[in-house]
This record gives sequence, C-alpha cells and structure tokens, in this order.
Amino acid sequence: MEAIEKIKEVAEQAVSGAQIEIVNSTPAAAQPSLLVDCEHIYAVAKFFKEDPRFLMDFCSCVTGVDYLPKDDKPGYIEVVYHLYSVALKQGPIVLKVRAPRELEQCSVPSLTPLWRGCEFQEREAYDLYGVKFDGHPDLRRILMWDEFKDHPMRKDYEPLLDCEWEPTPHDDTLARAEKAGGIVPPSAIEEAHKAKR
Amino acid sequence: MAIDEELRSEVQNHGVFILPFEQLYNWGRKSSIWPLQFGLACCAIEMIATAAARHDLARFGAEVFRATPRQADLMIVAGTVTKKMAPQVVRLYNQMPEPKYCIAMGACAISGGPFKDGYNVLKGIDRYIPVDVHIPGCPPRPEALLHAIMTLQRKIAGQHLEKEQRPRWYDKTAPAEYLIPTYGEHDLEPPVNREVWQPPRSYRDVTLEEVKKA
Repeated sequence: MEAIEKIKEVAEQAVSGAQIEIVNSTPAAAQPSLLVDCEHIYAVAKFFKEDPRFLMDFCSCVTGVDYLPKDDKPGYIEVVYHLYSVALKQGPIVLKVRAPRELEQCSVPSLTPLWRGCEFQEREAYDLYGVKFDGHPDLRRILMWDEFKDHPMRKDYEPLLDCEWEPTPHDDTLARAEKAGGIVPPSAIEEAHKAKR
Repeated sequence: MAIDEELRSEVQNHGVFILPFEQLYNWGRKSSIWPLQFGLACCAIEMIATAAARHDLARFGAEVFRATPRQADLMIVAGTVTKKMAPQVVRLYNQMPEPKYCIAMGACAISGGPFKDGYNVLKGIDRYIPVDVHIPGCPPRPEALLHAIMTLQRKIAGQHLEKEQRPRWYDKTAPAEYLIPTYGEHDLEPPVNREVWQPPRSYRDVTLEEVKKA
C-alpha cells in the first residue's frame, strides 16, 4: 500500500470537500491515521471500501477514545475505525472522527451501512462513551442494561460509592472508602484515634 | 444420644450400626449433593475439571450436575458476577428447592476480585444470597473446590433436625426467597440486600477501648 500522504491525497481527490488530516500519536506509532471531518467520513470510508486500489472490505475494530479539555482546548470523543482489505491482503487504514464531549452533540455518522461488522462495536462505543451513531440501524446499549444512564468509560465518570468494605485501601481507593464510610485496617484506626486525641 | 460408645463400637464389629436418625439422614444428604450446572467465567473451567476424570467429583457424591435449578441442592457460583447477571443468579437460587446451599468460587464471586473497582461487577455474590463456603483463588484449583465440597459436607453433617437448632427451611414461616435486585439508572437497586449482607463496621464507630483491647 502507498504511503499515508499518498492515501490522503487520493482520498481528498475522490471525495470533494473532505478535510483530512494525518494524525500521529505521540510517540509516533507505525500506524499514522487519517482524521476526517464528520460530514465526509461516510463518503471517505465508502471510497476506501469500493476503490479497487484499496478494497477495504473488513472493518476490524471500532473504538471510542475520550479526550478531556486541556489547556483551554475543548475536549472531544474520538471514534477510531481500523480498516483492512482481505481481498488485497493489505491494511490497516486507520480512520478517526471527532465529536464534542457534550452528550447532546456527541454524534458521528454510522459506518454500519458499509460494514455490517460495525454494528455491535458501534453499540459498544455508544454504551460506554455516549457517542450517537447517526444512521445506525439498532442503536441500543449492548454491555450495560437498558435502564443504565451513565457512560462509564468516559474519564469524568464518577465511580460508585459501593466500597463499604475495603481490605487493602490505598490512594484513590482509600479516599473513596473514606467517603463511603468504609473500612480501613487497624493501623489506620489507631492513627485516626491519635488524631482525635 | 445416650448410647454407650463401647457398646456401639462392639455391635458395629458385628455389622450392626446404631446411630441417631439425624446422623443417617444427614449422611444421606451430604453424600448426594446435586450441583446446579451453571458457570459464569473462567472458574467454571476449573469446576468442569473438578467434575471430570482426573479429580472426579463423583467420589464425593456430587457429580450429578443438574441443568435445572429445580433439581439442584447446591449452587456453585463459579466466576465473575456482573451486575447485569446478578438478578438472574439470585432468581436461579430462588428457584432451587430447600434445603439449598451456595459455594462462592473464586476471587470474583467472593469479592469482585480484580474487577472490584469497576463499574460493572458485583462485589461478591454474598451481597444478595447467603454463601455457605467461600473459596479464594484466581481461579481456585480443583482441589480447592473439592475441599469446599468437603467443608460443605461437614456443615450438612452438623445440622440438627430438632426444634431449637433446626435449619431455617424447616420453619414454614421463614421467607423462602431472596430479594431480586432490579436494574437502576446507575447501579442495581438495591445495591446490596441488607438482610443477607452487612458491611463490617466503619472504623469511625470503633471505640478507643476496642482499639486498646485489640
């Protein structure tokens, strides 16, 4: 397969108006990815699927990533698709698309109409990150129960205070156990009483 | 049981066994524990190994794994109990006829194990159903499960049928079912059945005298 710069150029030519950016993780991985804007992700993905040079017939992985706001930059949820071609034995092409973290606006186009295999993985990303996939045929929770309201893989998810019993509390767990009125070992009991005196 | 031990031993030598009815009854019960055929995670593989030829659970009369709770005496909770699965586990236990027992097998089933700090795993099945034997380990060896079954057999052998010490299930007015939690917006409702499980006291409630004594 060609270099990532070439792939980007070809895709930009094929899909007019698509804004594609090459993203490299730090430290640079061997797999640079293409960050595509929300409006054109479907068209770009369709191009990679159907173009005879790529024939990306297999979407192996759909992942959500949560980026918190940092240095006045707003946070975002990123959805990552890994595409492979079984027919041409090549890949991966990594596509990324970003959506705002706010639940009401957090939506990206679904790629399930292109690859049926995305269905469950997009449901998982919806379940755990709260990303809505527009055009998904059956967007329900898949791991947590339907009545569940949170999106627990988000970094600002507040863990439950059900740690009444903590045999080995330390650091964050200790703080949580304290908050929940939990149990700490005898040495800490003694220290607490010393502090009282 | 006012039988002279010497006399009992003497007649036993002639093939005559004299023993309290309750002992005979319990011997029968403990020698044919039928476990529920039901596994939740990797511990179930060890449970299968325990039942298979090498470790041979049949030596303890507990090899008849039943595929329905209505024919089982023992629930071996083998594996991680997710919060999504917990109501079903409690429902299965409720459907088992009395007298019934429960073995919590492995770190996950007794405490949540390595997933304890997660959002989706129950921190021990003893929060909803009474557990007779806890087995630590990740996963426990088949020997550990055999040991748990032997421990349970000792427990059954020690149970009395008389009024004061009789087990709960001979009391017809005792509740036969345990509360099945429902799915809440953030957690199971209720997150713990307080009638079954109480957290150890908070260190804030421990008095200075108790600390000194300890």
